[in-house]
Amino acid sequence: MTRTSRKRLVPILLGGLVLGLSMNAPAKAEELRIGFIAPLTGIFAQIGKDMTNGFQMYLDEHGNKLGGATVKFVVEDDAGKADAAVTKAKKLVLSDKAQMFIGGLLASTGYALAPVSNSEKTLYIASIPAADDLTQRQASKYPYFFRTTWTSSQPHHPLGKWACEQGHKKVVTIAADYAFGYEVVGGFQKAFEDCGGKVIQKLWPRLGEKDFGPFIPQIKGDADAVFSLMVGPMALQFPKQLRQSGYKKPIIGGGTSYDEFILPNMGDFAIGDVSALQYSAAIETPKNEAFVKAYRKKYGKVPSYYSEANYTTAQVIDEAMKKAGGKYPGPEKFVAIMGGLKIDAVRGPVHFEDRNPVQNIYIKKVEKKKMFGYPKAELWNVIIKTYPNVSQYWTYGKDKFLKQPVYSRTYPPCKNCE
Amino acid sequence: MTSQKIKILMVAVVLAALAYIVPNSSSFVVLLATRALVFAILAMSLDILLGFTGLPSLGQAAYFGVGAYLTAILATKFHIGLGWDFWLVVIYGMLIGAALAALFGLFAIRASGVYFLMITLALGQCVWGLAYRWNSLTGGDNGISVTARPAFGLDLTNERTFFFLVFAFFIFTLISLYVLVQSPFGRSLAGIRERELRMQILGYNTWLHKYIAFIIAGAFGGLSGVLWAHTNGLVSPETVVLTTSVDALLMVVLGGAGTLVGGAIGSAIVFGLREYLSTLVPWWQYVLGGVYVLTILYLPTGLMGIPARIRQARGASDKTAKPAAPEKLAPTPS
Repeated sequence: MTRTSRKRLVPILLGGLVLGLSMNAPAKAEELRIGFIAPLTGIFAQIGKDMTNGFQMYLDEHGNKLGGATVKFVVEDDAGKADAAVTKAKKLVLSDKAQMFIGGLLASTGYALAPVSNSEKTLYIASIPAADDLTQRQASKYPYFFRTTWTSSQPHHPLGKWACEQGHKKVVTIAADYAFGYEVVGGFQKAFEDCGGKVIQKLWPRLGEKDFGPFIPQIKGDADAVFSLMVGPMALQFPKQLRQSGYKKPIIGGGTSYDEFILPNMGDFAIGDVSALQYSAAIETPKNEAFVKAYRKKYGKVPSYYSEANYTTAQVIDEAMKKAGGKYPGPEKFVAIMGGLKIDAVRGPVHFEDRNPVQNIYIKKVEKKKMFGYPKAELWNVIIKTYPNVSQYWTYGKDKFLKQPVYSRTYPPCKNCE
Repeated sequence: MTSQKIKILMVAVVLAALAYIVPNSSSFVVLLATRALVFAILAMSLDILLGFTGLPSLGQAAYFGVGAYLTAILATKFHIGLGWDFWLVVIYGMLIGAALAALFGLFAIRASGVYFLMITLALGQCVWGLAYRWNSLTGGDNGISVTARPAFGLDLTNERTFFFLVFAFFIFTLISLYVLVQSPFGRSLAGIRERELRMQILGYNTWLHKYIAFIIAGAFGGLSGVLWAHTNGLVSPETVVLTTSVDALLMVVLGGAGTLVGGAIGSAIVFGLREYLSTLVPWWQYVLGGVYVLTILYLPTGLMGIPARIRQARGASDKTAKPAAPEKLAPTPS
């Protein structure tokens, strides 16, 4: 090789190097690393699948990009256990350098993961955990915490008011004996009694109870209706056993008692039961119809609120990233950007107040009918009333609401129980 | 005693290597190692009962739980244990573990074998029930978040520094329990394990021996709980649940009962498989299950029994050599 040809080679090599770098650099800058925690083994594995599928579907529909950034999506299994969730969240932040972590199922997991967001200074988006206080009395403790779906009591304040307006005077509540159950029943009872109704008895079967034989005979005969909050397999058993015992009065249910995760497995005994949530697969909007059809085609089942919640979470991140100019700006700024969003979600219009969504709450009745052009008559949560713009404080106002203690087994007190 | 010295030397070398390798690994490895060490302390405390006294306890999570809840409640409600008084909390934790064991021991020690297993299981579940239902104190199902680690000169928010703290407690536990089992008291525990009746005939108060061993195991269980509250940052009924007791039992069996370090090895393997493998493959549970089954089938003395088995196999193949007797875990007093 002559000297001149070698001299000529240098700029070519340099040019190539620059070109190579310039091709690499922007791709690297626009990567968004998202960690996702869901139970993929154990008793909640199927719910975990619904959660992951919802988020993954949004990514697939948008070419694996959120707000222009290519997403590195890492899913970790917490087996539905809070301790494991903490380990996995730290793994996502430390090993995978995740810029945010999303998910968790149970309220206790939410409480476990929120402190991790503090210690690792990383954004945590609770797409499912609904523990009230994380965005209420303890909100100031966790500045990197954001919620995209609901608080436990949020849909049940309107449901309490609705039940009262239907003319129910006396209601017996029966709910799973843990924090989520207390908050759901608390929300219902508060709104129901403020409107003039009376909760005359509260029963607490343990979480996971499948035999309601000991509880059903205790239900007081002078009640106009039963309010139930069941989770998972409990939700299948309770209405069935109650109807089999010959109970004819209305059953009203908390969000998870009749959601689409459990509904297709229910028999005709559930027809006519009413529940409330921020999502129903039977919302008759073009957007939801398209979502249900696409989801059902892809995963072979009707989307549950677990799927919709995580689909919408991806949408929230997408729109926030667009506002941030396609580059993740750090947790403080990102929380602020998300808080200012107004989005058109599958479940309806959503905006945020105190890092928690303000949205439609749907009062839904289980009906057997044909929907969205599907040939068979199936059980659907048909919407019978919509309460728009419901916040976590309902109509009480933030200050007044936060002055009362968090809903618990003993609050609101059961004044009308004997 | 030379073989004993070699063993001690080997353990010391492994520990020194651990203290060097772990802090230079990735943050996630440090995190897992810290967690494994806390459970190693719990497993070793259980080994005193299972391996040295022959009492299979399924309630060790109770002491772990009260230690953890005590730490969490003191830290969040009274702001105790977040400075130098952390060392006081360590002592309180051991005392409350010991006190609970002293209470439970009154019920449990009268039984043995499966009955002992069932009684400790029931007592452990009582503690779980309390943690789950005593909402005002324990936060119920949601548990208590311990957001701050103690600050006394060391920066314990740094996971590597915190690892060394836990490591120090681990070594403290290992040495204390080793001294205990080598003492005449420890020897008589082994005697009770081998043949309780004979020990009674020899004039030993076996009930008292077992009771004291139970209390000591409770104290170290409480210690591991104190550390867990700060390691995990969350104490919930899940901490006290039956699976924690079962995990500890499996760790001891996996590593080798009656060897102390076996519990630590078991803890490392369980954490390695459960927490690390689960980030790589979805079928990690089968691997963990397979390891358990294979250990029970082929290594009833646990992984620590491997050298003895190798020696045995060598002895069998080498016809000229004297057949080596299977190594006894502890000498049997007669």
